[in-house]
Amino acid sequence: MLEFKNVTKRYDGKTAVKNLNLNIKKGEFVCFIGPSGCGKTTTMKMVNRLIGISGGDILVEGKNIKEQDAVELRRSIGYVIQQIGLMPHMTIKENIVLVGTLLKWSKEKKDQRARELLKLVDLPEEYLNKYPHELSGGQQQRIGVLRALAANPPLILMDEPFGALDPITRDSLQDEFKKLQKELGKTIVFVTHDMDEALKLGDRIVIMKDGEVVQADTPDEILRNPANEFVEEFLGKDRLIQGRPDVTTVEQIMENKPITVPVGTTLRDAISIMRDKHVDSLLVVDSANVLKGFIDIESINLNHKKAKVVDEIMEEGIYTVSHHSLLRDTIHKILRRGAKYAPVVDDNQRLVGIVTRATLANLVYDTIWGDGTELEELTQAAE
Amino acid sequence: METLNQLIHYVAQNGDYIWEQFYRHFLMTFYGVLFASIISIPLGILIAKYGKLSSWVLAIGSITQTIPALGAMAVIMILLGLGTNTAIVTLIIYSILPITQNTYVGMKDVDKTVVEAGYASGMTRFQLLRMVELPLAISVIMAGIRTAFVIGIGIAAIGAFVGAGGLGAIILTGTNATDGTAIILAGAIPTALMAIIVDLFLGWVERKLQPIKSSKSKAA
Repeated sequence: MLEFKNVTKRYDGKTAVKNLNLNIKKGEFVCFIGPSGCGKTTTMKMVNRLIGISGGDILVEGKNIKEQDAVELRRSIGYVIQQIGLMPHMTIKENIVLVGTLLKWSKEKKDQRARELLKLVDLPEEYLNKYPHELSGGQQQRIGVLRALAANPPLILMDEPFGALDPITRDSLQDEFKKLQKELGKTIVFVTHDMDEALKLGDRIVIMKDGEVVQADTPDEILRNPANEFVEEFLGKDRLIQGRPDVTTVEQIMENKPITVPVGTTLRDAISIMRDKHVDSLLVVDSANVLKGFIDIESINLNHKKAKVVDEIMEEGIYTVSHHSLLRDTIHKILRRGAKYAPVVDDNQRLVGIVTRATLANLVYDTIWGDGTELEELTQAAE
Repeated sequence: METLNQLIHYVAQNGDYIWEQFYRHFLMTFYGVLFASIISIPLGILIAKYGKLSSWVLAIGSITQTIPALGAMAVIMILLGLGTNTAIVTLIIYSILPITQNTYVGMKDVDKTVVEAGYASGMTRFQLLRMVELPLAISVIMAGIRTAFVIGIGIAAIGAFVGAGGLGAIILTGTNATDGTAIILAGAIPTALMAIIVDLFLGWVERKLQPIKSSKSKAA
């Protein structure tokens, strides 16, 4: 659908975009992101020739843009900018069908198209005769998006379209637009500097730095495997931690030394271990550290007259998790079963650790307030 | 009281003549401003697009504005001789600066993002000018024309010295006559009235051309 082949842009001596190669599929939502001056906007503007290319080729639907008339090309590609840029002297209707006017559509066609489009964003028809300044910022940008959609272009370029809106409006417009994009199957090139926005909207995120693509992958893949330190830094610690439940295994967060008793321990000893360790249940393991079952204070209470050793009263068939299962799935299971904890076993059923609700609570704290290392550093510095 | 009576008498006697000169005066100014607009609006657009020219053009415009109108008219008279043309050329020269300046400012004031949006929507340069830039700049340009017109009415009055006629001729007659106060007034009052009426009218036009309208005013 959209292909960049060795695309280069030089501005008197300085190279803004270096040998960019990228292939964007039809219906794909691609977010370009990077620090200011990384060439993301330049890259986007080269697509509709607002900026000329110094080297390489850009192909839109297989056709080289250099061989097309620039004006025709722009009419066939939607464009949305951060400052919205509605024509202040035109009504909303005239603004929506601006490209239609340039393409010399009949009045009926323009009227019909404007009404059709306005329905997509759930604005009442009276708005057609209003002027841009009578609308809120969010409504104006909805019209900005409709203007880009008017001539039904397969490709839409967006330059931080939601950047100037307040967070709540931005959020709802993002949701609305993502839904719309899926329905209409448009290919989107979306420039942003907001990582959250990119992660939320993009099917693919292209991270750029100094005119080069550092990483181009799905949001999941970028969170899981940041290509280098720059990407990690750009994502930020918080996001990497937030992304962690998706990719972390149980092994990484479990507590390594669960309190166990070997098979054959007497109940008396078991009780004293519980008292010493302040726990109300114990995992029973055999000599090879294979998990056999567990006992808790209640079962000891009920059976201490009949039984002598833990084997007799322990409960078997305890719910365990494998040490390399994903945390995401584990949390869900633990919570659904209402279990207080889950022993972690390796492939041979040997006990290697334990995940308790406290472990999960710690993880939630980390996610919300960072992983605590900053705090530790602070206290260390204070000492 | 004496003067007022004389004025009424003069006006009653020479009503047709005053009206004729009033019309002539108006036409002279009108043509001056019209030709100046034909030169200045494209010039203003040009210097707004090519920034480097703007400081030069505006500086030259400012310099011409400092030359006394009577002096300029005398110089032009040497070239063009006596008559209406000399007055009109002077008017053109004095109208160029306000119109060029306002066109320049009006064009510069057009929101860059709107221009970008229009351009990216696939407008040609000419379409951009016709559909976006001029409609948005027109009221500011109109304000320049209004200024030029009002100044022009004053300058046209001096035109009498080079034989261009107009209300200035009546004033000149008054100054030459003994006890001519009433005749001076008969020329000066219509001149002032014309300036006021033109200013009000063009002010109204300027407001009408305000690009940013509200849907309510359109419905009303």
